[in-house]
Amino acid sequence: MKHDPKASHCQCGGKISRRGFITALGVGAAGVAASGAMTARTATAKETPMIPSGETARIDLTVNDRTHTLLVEPRWTLLHVLRESLGMTGTKAGCERGECGACTVLIDDIPRYACLTLAVEAQGRRIVTLEGLMEGEKLGPVQEAFLEEDAFQCGYCTPGQIVAAEGLLRADPNPSSETITRAMSGNLCRCGTYPHIHNAIQSAAGKRR
Amino acid sequence: MLPNFAYSRPRKLTDAVAHLADAKNGRVHAGGTDLIGCLRDGIFKADTLVSISGLTDLHGIEETGDGGLRIGALATITQVADHPLVKERYAGLAQGASEVASPQLRNQGTIGGNLCQKPRCWYYRGEFHCLRKGGGACFAAEGDNTFHCLFGSDDVCHITHPSDTAPNLAALNATVHITGPEGKRTVAADAFHMPPSVDVQAETVLRPGEIVTAVTLPPPPKGLRSSYRKVRARRSWDFALAGVALALQFDGDTVRNGRVFLSGAAPVPWRSQPVEKAIIGKKLDDATIKKAAKASVEGAMPLAKNGYKIGLFQGAVAEELTKIAAG
Repeated sequence: MKHDPKASHCQCGGKISRRGFITALGVGAAGVAASGAMTARTATAKETPMIPSGETARIDLTVNDRTHTLLVEPRWTLLHVLRESLGMTGTKAGCERGECGACTVLIDDIPRYACLTLAVEAQGRRIVTLEGLMEGEKLGPVQEAFLEEDAFQCGYCTPGQIVAAEGLLRADPNPSSETITRAMSGNLCRCGTYPHIHNAIQSAAGKRR
Repeated sequence: MLPNFAYSRPRKLTDAVAHLADAKNGRVHAGGTDLIGCLRDGIFKADTLVSISGLTDLHGIEETGDGGLRIGALATITQVADHPLVKERYAGLAQGASEVASPQLRNQGTIGGNLCQKPRCWYYRGEFHCLRKGGGACFAAEGDNTFHCLFGSDDVCHITHPSDTAPNLAALNATVHITGPEGKRTVAADAFHMPPSVDVQAETVLRPGEIVTAVTLPPPPKGLRSSYRKVRARRSWDFALAGVALALQFDGDTVRNGRVFLSGAAPVPWRSQPVEKAIIGKKLDDATIKKAAKASVEGAMPLAKNGYKIGLFQGAVAEELTKIAAG
């Protein structure tokens, strides 16, 4: 890999200024503009500069209520950054093309695929991964329900299933059977534990009440 | 790992247009669901991504002054499917949006992106240098064309347009709003997609550097009923094998006016004038519905492996007309 994601220093070789980093990136730019410190329009035609190909940019990523400042390449997906930069391997890499659901995370409480989300696109959003569903050392209600209902076999799709179920229950605490089927239709289980997953979600809804 | 690209996420539309104009091979990033997959698979190259996700003006769904609806290009498919005004006044569009892909993809994908998505032909998505990618042949013509078109190939390219929202927007007389280096323009939704005989390498009429900013719907005409039927092999995550979008104006039991578009049928959302002709001015009784179902495949040119679609379209059209007649 060309860039060490854990590098503590900027590897951009001075090609983008620190100011470039800040203004290039959404939330930072909004924050700075609001503070009035850099509202003066630059002479260039474009207010938001381009992060050049192959360069890294500094971003703030809020994962499970903790904000991490990271150097990322624009081409790195959220899935890649979660696993490789932050070491949070609860989010699984499956198909990496939006077809399996193993990488499901919540972004502002809504289930999305981390494999199709660029990390730079996720700044300023609240990201929740499987790890964020723990209550200290204890399993969260959805995790507990999956365990009790034996809602997995090999377990590889399970983190994505649990996070998708958590997203459903945050939006609809009392989902109908049909709603569960529909809401979980973006997550595949090759072991075919679907009926158990369905039961687990009904049970988790009860636990969360 | 995705190939390298330069990236910017402007806060202003003018910035986004300027960045796109500067790029040698720039692409717009909205929800990213199709784009990231295409870049990963090397379907096309992009040296620059201009993300429009930070353009707040492109979000939101709201009623317009004339009683119509404006859907910002960045409204997600879920937002379109769930919006009370869409459900109440443009039921076909809500239905179409709710049938797109999977929940996560609907949460992320946008209406603008859904209109601009790339074809799903497996030769196009595979390692075939087909016409659409600048090559010399359509491999589907003589190859495995199970999921290919019945209409509109012009003997050039045999894709079916993958969108479930586009046929409904076309049926409902929507307008696509575009901003580019030369300013703003609008295109009727039924003229937004590019027939292969005109330009086989383009899916839309967007010119270089242009961005879809919104879709607007006219106020629903009196007696409007709209609906969408999607037939597919699996209940989720799949594209239409056959589909029909209806936007019909009823006067009592009689169809006064109407527009009918087919999905899974042609390289663009396919207007079925034979069906329209069969039902306009008529009551939707069994005989009319039977005639309309037959008319839906009038002029179809099945390929070696997609003849099954003839029956699918006839059945889907008959069932959907029966349903809409019941109100």
